[in-house]
Amino acid sequence: MSVADTLRYHWNVNLLGRAALRWRRWQTELLAKTGSGWRSEILTPPLRISAWTKELVGRHYLQGNFAHLHDKVAWVTSGAPIEFLRALDFYVLYPENHGAICGAARVVVEIASEAENAGYSRDICSYARTDLGTLISGKTPVGKLPKPDLLLACTNICQTVLHWYRVLAHHFEVPLILIDTPFIYTQVSDHALTFVKQQLEEAIPMAEKVAGKSLDQRKLKQITRLSQMATYLWLELLERCKHRPTPISVFDQFTQMAPIVEMRGDAVTVDLYSAMLKEVNDRIAQGIGVVPNEKKRLLWDNLPIWYRMRYLAEFLGRHGIVITASTYTNAWGELADLINPEQPLVSASRTLIHTLLNRGAGDKLATMRRMIDEYNLDGVILHSDRSCKPYSIGQIDQRDRLIREYGVPALLLEADHNDPRSFSEEQVANRLDAFIEMLGV
Amino acid sequence: MSGIKALGIDVGSTTVKIVGVDTEGKMCWHILEQAEPRVEDQVERFLDHTRQVVGTLDRIPLVATGYGRGLVEQATRSVTEITCHAKGVYREFGHGGTLVDIGGQDSKVIGISPEGKVLDFVMNDKCAAGTGRFLENTASRLKVPLDRMGDEALSVVEEVPISSTCTVFAESEVISLIAHGVPVASILRGLHRSLIKRTVAMIRTVGIVPPLMLSGGVVLNPAICRLLEEETGEKVVLPRYPQLMGAHGAALFALEILNDGSQVS
Ligand code: SF4
Repeated sequence: MSVADTLRYHWNVNLLGRAALRWRRWQTELLAKTGSGWRSEILTPPLRISAWTKELVGRHYLQGNFAHLHDKVAWVTSGAPIEFLRALDFYVLYPENHGAICGAARVVVEIASEAENAGYSRDICSYARTDLGTLISGKTPVGKLPKPDLLLACTNICQTVLHWYRVLAHHFEVPLILIDTPFIYTQVSDHALTFVKQQLEEAIPMAEKVAGKSLDQRKLKQITRLSQMATYLWLELLERCKHRPTPISVFDQFTQMAPIVEMRGDAVTVDLYSAMLKEVNDRIAQGIGVVPNEKKRLLWDNLPIWYRMRYLAEFLGRHGIVITASTYTNAWGELADLINPEQPLVSASRTLIHTLLNRGAGDKLATMRRMIDEYNLDGVILHSDRSCKPYSIGQIDQRDRLIREYGVPALLLEADHNDPRSFSEEQVANRLDAFIEMLGV
Repeated sequence: MSGIKALGIDVGSTTVKIVGVDTEGKMCWHILEQAEPRVEDQVERFLDHTRQVVGTLDRIPLVATGYGRGLVEQATRSVTEITCHAKGVYREFGHGGTLVDIGGQDSKVIGISPEGKVLDFVMNDKCAAGTGRFLENTASRLKVPLDRMGDEALSVVEEVPISSTCTVFAESEVISLIAHGVPVASILRGLHRSLIKRTVAMIRTVGIVPPLMLSGGVVLNPAICRLLEEETGEKVVLPRYPQLMGAHGAALFALEILNDGSQVS
């Protein structure tokens, strides 16, 4: 990377880009202040701080657009350990998160069709199809995705990533680090933890080689510490929703979660969530809820339906129903206690292996039950996600046991987190209506 | 005539029904027709018909249910078919249990509490197999009139298993069975079994709380009831008007509105 490249990078990212994003943020904040930017008679406007979150996510993808001038790039799966990559100054991209952006921007059908036309089955996860579609066609709402120098996939979320990243490795002809995490049926064993830790130890020299520098242990500890701080803050934010009325709904959580996923070890993420917590505390102090007259509080299981969030929020909000918590957003906070900045690799092995999708279905049920109690919830919506098999498997039994053993009404809602072709509005509305009537609202 | 105090209309995907109830909530009048493509026109015609019977609809509340409930602009309110079916059968039997409704294009199982409340439900509206359409499709292949299918199926003991769970594939399987000279009645019995097996899987999701009650157009087919009893080992009870349970339930909600404006319960 030449001096000219570095200058071009800073000119585009840190001067022009940053100014443009800041300007957009100010505009949004101004609109929020005057209340003129929000058109919903049912829902409370989003947090004012959303403008900042948007700016940060925008900046992250802007950096990606110019990353080839400045950084080595790693593509990683959502459950992967990024702290050591950040410590080696990699620009880290999450194709799944990019997929979610495409989902919310409602461009998935167009992009995923490119992958389907190339022969990828529609039964493959829609995140993978979106990513492969972008790969094939270059189509993306974020400008462009930087070409990776390194790939890091971790099997703690699903087996799809294993094959997906092999395709990426083949396409880009770059090294792929694979971290295999043994599934935890009941308890994690010491040798499973050692196995994961050893893989991390083997991964580091590979990543160092690509980065062209050695890992600075102090920096790694510092980044792990920031990760932990952000994770604790995220968890605290979610726990604020134990209040009645719920200050932020699960739909707000979904839109605010991008930084905890893709900017976990950054200092700015800690700043963002600290400020967010303050705003949420203010809401609580003022008694502001997401819906004006909160009657019922629900739990959401599985990924969001990115392309229909507002629809669902308003549909339920109209009846005074708010989705207060979700196992999905919780998964990004629940492991905070396992992070130990003094022992970054041990801590990474522990968090990797304990990821929600790497634990047995009974464990998820227990998590749901705990959340129902702690958040005082009246029912559960289990999104049966056609794409995400590991999240959806077991839901029929989980629903059954929630109803029978716990007396909690539960609804299975069939859809797909990213592909609107698997979402039937009529059928969803009918089920939700019946569920709402059943809840006695 | 009339005595009609409240009305319920069930706009389903295959049939449209309207039921009138008296002050006691007793069903005293109804119309049932095949659904037409222009549902709005059909509903308007139904209401014209109703006006001829009751004079004016001004003080007669109307509750709409069924898939097309949103299209009934004249309705005082709309309630889903799940809640209306539960209401209708509870009124008819006076007890809770497990209601299985197999309609032309969807099927549902509803757990009803001893007090008549919906405890749980599952719906299948994603796949034609498991609905009346499964039989309809294959009946046309076998050239057996729909209303004879059940009797035909029950007329034999031998049964050919149909392995395809998909309606379209079952059709090709049936064609090949006919080509192999398998008796039509045995094929029919196998088809009924296949439908019932799918239904039972749905029932198990909700869990059987006896008695098992059956409603929907498919109930008119005697093989459905018999095989369902065989597969579940439970006695199945049938309402007098299996196709009108949703509309009756809707009319009962309308009556509640008339009486005290009370909410769905
Ligand atoms: S299958 Fe599930 S866990 Fe795997 S990539 Fe898709 S959404 Fe993520």
